[in-house]
Amino acid sequence: MEIKVLKNIMGVNDQVAAKNREMLLWSKVFTINIMASPGAGKTSTVLKTIKALKGIKVGVIEGDISSTIDAETVAKTGVPVVQINTGGECHLDANMIQNALNNMPLDEINVLMIENVGNLVCPADFKLGESLKVLIASVPEGDDKPYKYPGMFTAVDVIILNKIDLLPYVKFNMAAFTRAVKGINGKAVIFCISCTTGEGVNAWARWLKKQIKGT
Amino acid sequence: MHELAITQSLFDIVLQHAVQAKAKKVKSVNLVVGEMTGVVADSVQFYLELLSKDTIASGMKANIKMSPMQAKCKACGQGFITKEMQWECPACGGVNLEITGGKELFVESIEVE
Repeated sequence: MEIKVLKNIMGVNDQVAAKNREMLLWSKVFTINIMASPGAGKTSTVLKTIKALKGIKVGVIEGDISSTIDAETVAKTGVPVVQINTGGECHLDANMIQNALNNMPLDEINVLMIENVGNLVCPADFKLGESLKVLIASVPEGDDKPYKYPGMFTAVDVIILNKIDLLPYVKFNMAAFTRAVKGINGKAVIFCISCTTGEGVNAWARWLKKQIKGT
Repeated sequence: MHELAITQSLFDIVLQHAVQAKAKKVKSVNLVVGEMTGVVADSVQFYLELLSKDTIASGMKANIKMSPMQAKCKACGQGFITKEMQWECPACGGVNLEITGGKELFVESIEVE
């Protein structure tokens, strides 16, 4: 006997994510889910953004399979940090964030940056309760990444291209990259930055401040 | 790697509906999986075998219907299945597309006794 089900497999996660979002909005916290491949510069971008957002109180959730290296680095800036070790899971899910929020002083922060596990596949499918999804791509990864990870590139609101200081040394066709991204994700806003030289960081931070004020 | 989490979620849905229908045994589940989700069919089957052990769904099979990445041209409205490294409208060559398929991830039905 066949039973019709027609149920979204991500339904349970989406429900918890909706609860997180409600709690975060109620606490007036603007939440950013930062996704990227390992080594694209997630932590560097988080650090640069904290600095550029001076005057705005930031909290950070660090997601890693193991270790507290990133959390320790971020904690040195004085902002509250919660580390999630997924113990093998390749992505953060809404449940992990719900638990982490219990340890985050939400009444003391305006912005929460969630650094997801380095991975361009799985995190795209798991909503966390965020206001903004940001993907950090980097020049050495190559301009063909939108074609290889369309799930991720279409899921995000912002694409930050990091390490643009390496453009003279790496084969990277900016026009091809932008065309691919804009073609499948017309709403995505693209920022080109270098965490090493600081180029482009202020433009990203200025835009981000506008989004935070708008909520 | 996210197949375990996804298989756990879908297995919960399967059991819930099987129990509701007072089924004695679950034979299979029909899934629709979008190509863009990156979910690997073999891994889902593998985890399903682990999770279903010693339950009424023991030995159940996953029938997975893969849904390709599909788009609609914003310029001329043509719908098409995208080709690798080639996101262009086959009718007018337009590059601004709306993604219309390939992100599905749902349980369509289950087969029970």
